[in-house]
Amino acid sequence: MTDLTATRYQTKRRAHLAARHSSEKRFRLYCIGAVLSAVAILGLLLSSIVMTSLPAFTESTVRLELQLNAPAQDRFYSDAELADVNWRSVVSRALYDYFPEVTARQDKRSLVGMLSLGATDAARDAFYKSKVQPGDVVSVELPLSDDIDLVVKGIIDRTLPENERIVSDQTISWLSILEADGRVERRFALALFVNGDSREPEMAGIKGALIGTLWTMLVTLAVSLPIGIMAAIYLQELAPKNRFTDMIEVNISNLAAVPSIVFGLLGLAVFINFLDVPRSSPLVGGLVLALMTFPTIIIATRAALASVPPSIREAALGVGASPIQVITHHVLPLAMPGILTGTIIGLAQAAGETAPLLMVGMMAFIVDTPTDITANATVLPAQIYMWANNPERAFLARTSAAILVLLVFLLFMNAIAIYLRKKFERRW
Amino acid sequence: MTTTSLLVLLAAMALLSYAYSLKKIRQLAIRSPEKLHSLPRFHGAYTAAWVFGIPALLTVIWIFTAPIILNMQLIEQLGRVGLEPGEVDLLVSQVISVANGSLSPDFVSKDVLDLAVKYEDSYDISSLLITIIAIIAAFISFAFAIRRLAVRFTARHSVERLARAIMVLASVVAVLTTLGIVMSLVFETIQFFRTVPVLDFLTGTQWSPQIALRADQIGSSGAFGAIPLFTGTLLITVLAMIVSVPIGLFAAIFLSEYASPRVRSIAKPALEILAGVPTVVYGFFAAIVVAPFLRDTGASVGLVLSSESALAAGIVMGVMIIPFISSLSDDVMNAVPQSLRDGALALGATKSETIKQVILPAAFPGIVSAVLLAVSRAIGETMIVVMAAGVAANLTANPFESVTTITVQIVMLLVGDQEFDSPKTLAAFALGMLLFLVTLGLNVIALYVSRRYREKYD
Repeated sequence: MTDLTATRYQTKRRAHLAARHSSEKRFRLYCIGAVLSAVAILGLLLSSIVMTSLPAFTESTVRLELQLNAPAQDRFYSDAELADVNWRSVVSRALYDYFPEVTARQDKRSLVGMLSLGATDAARDAFYKSKVQPGDVVSVELPLSDDIDLVVKGIIDRTLPENERIVSDQTISWLSILEADGRVERRFALALFVNGDSREPEMAGIKGALIGTLWTMLVTLAVSLPIGIMAAIYLQELAPKNRFTDMIEVNISNLAAVPSIVFGLLGLAVFINFLDVPRSSPLVGGLVLALMTFPTIIIATRAALASVPPSIREAALGVGASPIQVITHHVLPLAMPGILTGTIIGLAQAAGETAPLLMVGMMAFIVDTPTDITANATVLPAQIYMWANNPERAFLARTSAAILVLLVFLLFMNAIAIYLRKKFERRW
Repeated sequence: MTTTSLLVLLAAMALLSYAYSLKKIRQLAIRSPEKLHSLPRFHGAYTAAWVFGIPALLTVIWIFTAPIILNMQLIEQLGRVGLEPGEVDLLVSQVISVANGSLSPDFVSKDVLDLAVKYEDSYDISSLLITIIAIIAAFISFAFAIRRLAVRFTARHSVERLARAIMVLASVVAVLTTLGIVMSLVFETIQFFRTVPVLDFLTGTQWSPQIALRADQIGSSGAFGAIPLFTGTLLITVLAMIVSVPIGLFAAIFLSEYASPRVRSIAKPALEILAGVPTVVYGFFAAIVVAPFLRDTGASVGLVLSSESALAAGIVMGVMIIPFISSLSDDVMNAVPQSLRDGALALGATKSETIKQVILPAAFPGIVSAVLLAVSRAIGETMIVVMAAGVAANLTANPFESVTTITVQIVMLLVGDQEFDSPKTLAAFALGMLLFLVTLGLNVIALYVSRRYREKYD
């Protein structure tokens, strides 16, 4: 009898224990699942961007023999003469000669439309480079237009019925002839890195935006670093504990949590409308980002200052240094690695920021590379946003490629920060 | 002379005076029987501060006042001709833009061109004047400073006082920024509420600001009922929280309770990378990967999803917030003392029971405050919704439809050229004010919750 109860109790307890253990396992699985899903999403995000960006790194070209009909003198062309040449007609003539059967005006136009608008520049550059005598034939690789480029890369399916793709059957037949003759090639798309923005996807590059980002970051750094460090030193080392400093501290922690777009509104109302800082310039963008970044720098600097042990301050004070000398000679140099790390991380955040910059007009179509902080400029995230909004299909790959460049840029900054932390980190 | 070159000149003068006072104080020290009170470089810095500081201050004052004074003169000149105030404003802006070269002279009348030339002349004169004044001031302050140099002069104290004052100014920038935000929002908001009543704004269900484009149109005040924006923001925020709170919380539990140091050293940076991805990238991801995927899956099971559905924006925003919640909650759970865990485990609790019954209750206030901060971020997040959510203000709670948010509307109203005092622009500032107040409120509550209900363990 007692045995029976004992066994029943035991089975019950065992069942209970098993239930508890399986619940433990379940809970553990949930936790692992959460982390894995976060990592999986990160992987999906990165891989989908890399996959869509790949086509942007190559461009298709067609090799054509170009010839200038020129003065019948036996000499080289001068630069002035080359500048006067109508390159568009030179390029078109080469195509017309290649397809002599194309005669209708409409067809001729779509034939030339296969080439990028940048083809004329490529032709001119080739002639400038090689010393060409009149009558010489120069073989030049001319970039194809974005739609044809997509066909070559297989992104636009040639087997689809004609009304479902943007490229006509006729154009594809021309392309096939060129391909069969081995004239169509793919090469690395240097244009992506050396050109400014353009309406034509195959000519659009990120150089202008990248330089704009650098100028903007320069302004942000120049404004936020000194202000941030000085404010942090004051609050951490010198300030008396009173209402005023309390208020400043509350302010700083609140600023760090204000939505970025509100800083954009501030920039629009105060910097542009009140102080007349030029719109769309790295100056105004950098100032707005500096206001967003300096709370981060203050917080990082204070942490770095706090980690310097008090014995160092006491020793310096003991041998007669003034409070400011204690800071500038001892505390600040020791806290510098921490300050730099925090600053770089803050700047990396600012470099990826878009919303406040849209408010101050840094989302603009700007072809030229900005040369100073008051020139019209755009930044990389804003460029990404503009390209992402562009309906032309070839911009999709360009956008992903620009994102990739931005991510590499940010990764590089963070890597520097981690390196500095590892190299100079000191445990007291 | 441009202001930049003037400042460079002043800096050069300061450098020279630094060198000169160094030389002078050394000579004095050699001749004097007493010891120097301050090191020679403090004397140098003292003079240099005077030589650069005073003229630079004057120049900065000139930069801000000169345009105002010149404008007033111009308005007075134009006013004498007997023009309407509106015309005067237009002419003034024309004159100024011709004078600074942003408007080609070909576009304006002869009179305006004359005025522009005159304006430029008087600007040049004032610029010459300030250059002369600054240089004279530099010499005077040099003479003043150099006379004070003496062996027992407390130069270090003066320089340190100055340094301290500059540091205080730097900390005040934080206050000024907040003040700037509040001021710039408040003024425009008040102006906006003059044309659109507060109650209409907060309780109206129609949002179509584009009606206000033309002043002579019927109903030209537009429809500024912000309720659809609030519900849209709320819908997307709720979706984001549904995604991010469970994943973020479980990830935090894993990191702080289950993970070995090795796994932790891999998983934590991975989550940090997720936090470092710029929001414009998330927006792109939402628009080109998640939204089409959801639409196709929805279509395959017979659901009709808008291509700018709230669901896509909400899910991706949730992903963005995961690392935010996980790192904050991770910190909170790590702060729970080890003795509590040991006690629970010693009583025979399994690890998950310890977590559910001991650690989570202890960390609860901190977790609530983390979630509140996350909500405040979700409400203020802009790029994801601008790129993935819609523009049309639908009043709906259906996540498959397209909704719009406060931040999307701010961007839509302000991007591009706009007159600064149209209700359309002002509405953006009113929305910004609302956003600022709501996020500020959430942050304050979060801070209060974590302070008020935090368990103290010693």
